[in-house]
Amino acid sequence: MKKLILSDIHEKLGGKMVDFAGYYMPVQYDGVKVEHTNVRENVGVFDVSHMGEFVVTGEDAIAFIQKTTSNDPSLLMDGQIQYSCIPNDDGGIVDDLLIYRFSANKFLLVVNASNIEKDWAWLNSKNDTSADLRNMSDFWSLFAIQGPNATKVLQRITDVELGKMKYYTFQRGKLAEVKDVLISATGYTGAGGFEIYVKNDDALKVWEAIMKAGELEGIKPTGLAARDTLRLEMGYALYGNDIDDTTSPMEAKLGWVTKLSTDFSSVELFRKQKENGVATKLVAFELIDRGIPRKDYVIVSENDETIGRVTSGTMSPTLNKAIGMGYVENDFSKVDSEIYIKIREKKIKAKVVRLPFVSPGV
Amino acid sequence: MNIPAELKYTKDHEWVKLEGDVATIGITDFAQGELGDIVYVEVETIGETLEAEEVFGTVEAVKTVSDLFLPLPGEVLELNTTIEDAPETVNEDPYGEGWMIKMKVSDVAAFEALLSADDYKELIA
Repeated sequence: MKKLILSDIHEKLGGKMVDFAGYYMPVQYDGVKVEHTNVRENVGVFDVSHMGEFVVTGEDAIAFIQKTTSNDPSLLMDGQIQYSCIPNDDGGIVDDLLIYRFSANKFLLVVNASNIEKDWAWLNSKNDTSADLRNMSDFWSLFAIQGPNATKVLQRITDVELGKMKYYTFQRGKLAEVKDVLISATGYTGAGGFEIYVKNDDALKVWEAIMKAGELEGIKPTGLAARDTLRLEMGYALYGNDIDDTTSPMEAKLGWVTKLSTDFSSVELFRKQKENGVATKLVAFELIDRGIPRKDYVIVSENDETIGRVTSGTMSPTLNKAIGMGYVENDFSKVDSEIYIKIREKKIKAKVVRLPFVSPGV
Repeated sequence: MNIPAELKYTKDHEWVKLEGDVATIGITDFAQGELGDIVYVEVETIGETLEAEEVFGTVEAVKTVSDLFLPLPGEVLELNTTIEDAPETVNEDPYGEGWMIKMKVSDVAAFEALLSADDYKELIA
C-alpha cells in the first residue's frame, strides 16, 4: 500500500485509515454525517492526492487527446477544463477524467487512482503520435477545498482572484507563499470550491496553511466516506461503481461527453449504440419503503423479474432519504417509474427520480 | 476504548447483560465506531426462537450494512424503541440507551462461555 505524503497527519487528526485503490487514506475523521454537512454548509478539505496526473506535451498533444478521449478537447481554451471519458474498443469506458488545457501544446489529464496503471498502459499503447506523456502521479499532491465558504477561506492565502474564476477553469498562482500552485475551480461534491495541485515537497506547508486559513469558519478534514455521499447526492458517476470497462457512456447518461461528430478511435461503435439504442440506462432512484440500497443489489419489477442492478447507494445525509443509482431496462428508466430493490430477500419499493438529488451550490 | 468490565462479549462485537434468564444485547463501542453513523437497526425476528449465532437483525450505517448475530439461544422479546426513532443513540451510548434487543435465554449456562471484557479487549487489540 502506498502512503500519501500526509497519511501520518491524517492519522494524527483522528482519521480512520483504510486501503483505498492501494493508498493509505482517511475514510472519516469525526463521522460521515458531520463531515458531509460541514461541506454542504461551510467548508471542508479533502486530501485526494491518490488521484493520477498525466502531462501531455508536444505539437501532437491535442491530436492525441482528441483520439483517445470521447469529449471534444478542441473546444478547450487555455485555462479551461473538460470532463471526458477514455472509451475502450468494446464500447465501454477505460476511465473518466478531467482534461486541463495549459496551451495548445500542453495538457494535464487527471485520472482515477484505481486506474492509474491501466490508463497509463492504455494511453501509451494508443500513442502513435509524437505527443510526450509523463506520469506525475507520484510527485503531486491534491487537496479539494469544498463548500460555500471555500472561496473566503482560500482567498486569505492566495492573490489569485478566486471570486472571478468560472467553474471548470484553472489558474496558476501563489498560494501559501508557494509559487506556481495550480488552482482549479472544480470538485466532486456540488458544494462549490477548488482543487489545489501542489508538488509533494510543498504539500505539508499548503495543507497547514489551508487548515489555518479556515480556522475561523471551522474548516474540517473530510474523508472518503463523505466524499462518496456528497458526490452521490449530485449523481456524479464513480468509476468502478456506476461506470466501468463494460458500461457504455450512452447507458451511463454520459452522451454529453461523447461527441459523435469527433473522430476518437472507437467512435463508430458509439455511433452504432446511439443509432440502435442501448438496452439499459443508468437511473437515479429514491426508496419509498425503508431500506438502504447498496452496490450490486438486484433491481426487480413488481412481478419480481430482474430488471437491473444497483451501482451506488447510501442514506443521503442532506435529505435523510435512501438514494441510489443503478442500471435498469429502458422500460423502467423514465422518471417516476416504480422499481423494487431486493434487500435481504425483501422487495423494497423505490421510484426513479431526476438528478441531482440535492441542488448544487455551484 | 470503552469496554465495561461487568458485561460479556462476542467475537461479533456484541455485548450481553444477563438478569435472570433475560439478556439485553447491544453492539460494542468498537463496533459502533467501525460502522460509523448508524441510520437504522432492523429486527424482524421478535417473537422468534433462534439458535446462538443466528442472524436476528441488521444494522445499517451510512457507509455499510452489517448482520446482527444472536449471542445466546432463545426467544427475541423486544427491540429498543428508542433506537427505532433515534438510531444515532447506538453511536452515542452503545452500552446504555443504545441497547438493541432483549431476549429470553434458553441456555443460561452458555452466558458464562462468552468473552470477558479482558478477552474482548484482546480480540480488538
